[in-house]
Amino acid sequence: MNDSILTLILLAPLVGAGLIALLPDRGKLPAWIALLTSLVTFLFTLHLPAHFIHGQAGFQFEINRPWIELPPINYHVGVDGLSVWLVVLVGLLAPAGIVASWNSIKERRKIFYLLFLVQQTAMYGVFISLDLMVYYGFWELSLVPMAILIAMYGRKEGAKAATKFFLFTFIPSAPLLVAILWLYARTQTFNFVDLQAMIASGALPVGPLYWVAFAFLFAFAVKVPLFPLHGWLADTFSEAPVAMAMVVAGKLGLYSMIRFHVGLFPAQARQVAPLLIALAVIGILYGACLALVQRDFWRLLAFAAMGHLSLIVLGIYGFTAAGSGGAIYQILNNEMIDAALFVLLGALEVRYFTSQIAAYGGLAARLPQTVTLFVISSLAMIGLPLLNGFVGEFLILSSAFGAGHRGWAIGATLGVILSAAYMLWLIQRIFYGPTNDLTGGTSVPDLHLGEQLLLWPFAVLMLVMGVAPMLWINTIQDRNTPTVLNGSAAAPQLSVTMKASVEGQQ
Amino acid sequence: MNPGDSLHILPEIILTLTGVLIMIIDASLATGVARRPLGWIACLGTMGALLASVSEFSPRLTGTGFYGTVETTPFTAFFHVLICGIVLAALLLALDTLPGDSHHQGEYYALVVFGSVGMCLLTSAVELLVVFIALEISSISTYILAGYRKRTGRGPEAAIKYFLLGSFATAFLLYGIALIFGATGTTQIYEIAHALQAVPNVPNLPLVLTSLALMLVGILFKVSAAPFHVWTPDVYEGAPSPVVALMSTAPKAAAFALLLRVVYEIFPTLRSIWSPLLWAVAILSMTVGNLAALRQQNVKRMLAYSAIAHAGYLLAALAATAPEGIAAGAFYITAYAAMNVGIFAVVALISGYDDELPLIQDFRGLWYRSPVLGGLLTFFLISLVGIPFTGGFFGKFYSFSAAVGGGAVWLAIIGLLNSGVAATYYLRLAFVAAQRPTDDTPALPARTSSIGIMVSAAIGLAAVATLALGIIPGAILNASQSAAHTLQPLPDAPTTEAPATASAKPNP
Repeated sequence: MNDSILTLILLAPLVGAGLIALLPDRGKLPAWIALLTSLVTFLFTLHLPAHFIHGQAGFQFEINRPWIELPPINYHVGVDGLSVWLVVLVGLLAPAGIVASWNSIKERRKIFYLLFLVQQTAMYGVFISLDLMVYYGFWELSLVPMAILIAMYGRKEGAKAATKFFLFTFIPSAPLLVAILWLYARTQTFNFVDLQAMIASGALPVGPLYWVAFAFLFAFAVKVPLFPLHGWLADTFSEAPVAMAMVVAGKLGLYSMIRFHVGLFPAQARQVAPLLIALAVIGILYGACLALVQRDFWRLLAFAAMGHLSLIVLGIYGFTAAGSGGAIYQILNNEMIDAALFVLLGALEVRYFTSQIAAYGGLAARLPQTVTLFVISSLAMIGLPLLNGFVGEFLILSSAFGAGHRGWAIGATLGVILSAAYMLWLIQRIFYGPTNDLTGGTSVPDLHLGEQLLLWPFAVLMLVMGVAPMLWINTIQDRNTPTVLNGSAAAPQLSVTMKASVEGQQ
Repeated sequence: MNPGDSLHILPEIILTLTGVLIMIIDASLATGVARRPLGWIACLGTMGALLASVSEFSPRLTGTGFYGTVETTPFTAFFHVLICGIVLAALLLALDTLPGDSHHQGEYYALVVFGSVGMCLLTSAVELLVVFIALEISSISTYILAGYRKRTGRGPEAAIKYFLLGSFATAFLLYGIALIFGATGTTQIYEIAHALQAVPNVPNLPLVLTSLALMLVGILFKVSAAPFHVWTPDVYEGAPSPVVALMSTAPKAAAFALLLRVVYEIFPTLRSIWSPLLWAVAILSMTVGNLAALRQQNVKRMLAYSAIAHAGYLLAALAATAPEGIAAGAFYITAYAAMNVGIFAVVALISGYDDELPLIQDFRGLWYRSPVLGGLLTFFLISLVGIPFTGGFFGKFYSFSAAVGGGAVWLAIIGLLNSGVAATYYLRLAFVAAQRPTDDTPALPARTSSIGIMVSAAIGLAAVATLALGIIPGAILNASQSAAHTLQPLPDAPTTEAPATASAKPNP
């Protein structure tokens, strides 16, 4: 099982997609197949942390088989502490996306769920590939279903938003591919592990390597998105179907940064770290300020996401063990919280047909479950102690203070305060205050059973991840750290910081 | 000459006989009788040629024939299989998309088959006069096919334009052949290469260089590379879609094989001269093709400009040294042929033989009206964009990988950025097809509701080839590599000095 589990995870959504393609587009049949497939795949992903061996160096569940002889591209996959929980996260968010689409996707369900499942495969592929070409393949593939679905189901300007989304990722991928090809021309390998060793040994010329590292970084920074490369984000969030918007931002770019930029080019990453820290803090403040003035809740969420993702970038490029560990943990938190908010806001939009914040008001009494869950998720996002958002933010900010980026850390903390402002204001505007024509009129049902079954476990998980983060952090520590970070010395430090923070909140 | 020589041109012989047979039957049938069965004969003959081409891979058949005018090597076999495959798909497509009442159908099939004789011969000829004859055979049938819709204004316009410019370009090639004969005293490719070996003291260098330039002009016209591309959009727009599916791929593959032969086999020693030229042409083609395609509203014109851009990507492979560049180029043209035949087949089904729905806006709502056609259109477009797990990706990958390996990092960067521009217009079409139809979107013609078996086979062939080239490219890649290794300069020369000097030259 351990030898083939990653292949199973990759193939399971494709099998589901094939089934959907073969069966007729009748009622909710495609949705049920997709849900079943995603649940089975989620179970497969749970196999990874269950059988993950702590303290073992290198990658686990590794598969390395030749795929193409020349150039030697191998089907090389594996996970370490960095990717193992991200794979589980993808598995967890898939059913969430399907539940979110359950009522909002009313037509062409077949093509929607088919592409949704293909998208899942692409994302699993990104997180587990250890061959640069295979990784690049999944990276590009992840664009296609998303772009088509945005064009198909866009609210107003679908095709425009889809083109923007596609080009913003596709064009920076061009230098990325050239950089990969250059590495191959010099080293004759696409294998991540070999490349990491070769670059660390200093066998490659430093001058071109700087540009190669930059090409990697640029492609990832757009995908995160980092200020000022965020042009696609708001349009995509406000046009994409809820299930797709949930998965679009953040984790692919951030993971790639940690694995393929910091992981492959630690020296070059250190060189550009000051710039990235500055951009990250600007992004945190910029995202928070723009989120404050948005009238549409999707756009608000987009800029909020930008702020929170920038905070994670700050953690990655602080080059402290606590900071990057916290950053990885925060990716998990952030995606979960965003997913919960997306499902809830999507539920509102399905019920009231608008995403304008001003149109809402006074829903608290009418939709008690919605408001409870929304408040919990928002508080987690803001970083309330005992909820998961706090742990990641605390680790990132405290390590930034400790690493001598005091000024930047203060700026970032300010952004965290602003995020509390816009989220609480959003809650106030949507759920409290007087009802109006829209919300006071015909009564709408509260969350349906599927949404409840999805969101309550999410809320519980947020609490558990806030109270007992060591369950996750222990695994995250077992990641492949680049030599510069000096993993052995850093690990205890992370645990100490962690314990301090956990005790602090209790 | 001995009887065994005919084995070297077996596919050409089979195709010629098929063509003659079709002509004879066509002439002896009464006017009212349906000509569609003639298409079947053409298909059978092409399949026979395809089998004969596959058998050429066997080492037993490798060698030259007819006093050193044609040869059989894995290189020629590779291109023969490719060309016969394209022609087969084009014939299947024509069987279902040609208007049923046309009594010109017989000629159509005959012309396609005769054209493929020329294309096949073009790839196997190692004597420049045979090359010229082969090129003319293939060109003349294409000229006629381009103007096949005689009643419309655009058809004859396309044919005349293509014919005039095409003959002009062929004249350039012929003049180049004459000059190289003047410089070296022979028109046999290996003998010329032998005479040009003595770099830098090549005899009659000015003559040789002029000849190289003239021959390149002639060939680059045929592959529709900028700045020799102006005919492409008009001709593609005027010609019926089933014809464009053929003429945008098969003659290009043949011309590209000739280009590989010329630069790597005749002039390997002048690499420092032709390489920058082809660089410039590659960059110009990509940029001009992509920028012009951005502004097109007509689907076929857009695809015509995209074909120009693809010629540029293809030429990028030639920045590499001999075996890698040839292998990458051969692979690219295969992937390009698969996806281009596919997309023109889909367009032929939607727009119809008479281009009733020529505009991009007319494709709106295709996913809603015919999910199968919408899916296929999107699939081929995605391959043209160059997304992984499709043939288009590996084509670009090998081409630019060869370029980077040859030291042309900037060419690769410009090329890949260009493919970003290209994504814009491909996606515009794909997204238009994905959007909900509006009230004023013209309805799809009735023919798309029931897609014929033949055309399904053609599209299926193209789709499977495109997907297979993206997921398991190994087999074709190996074939293209063995093809590349047989296209050695001077196979019977006493020393291997020529390739050594070629690869030792610093890359510009």
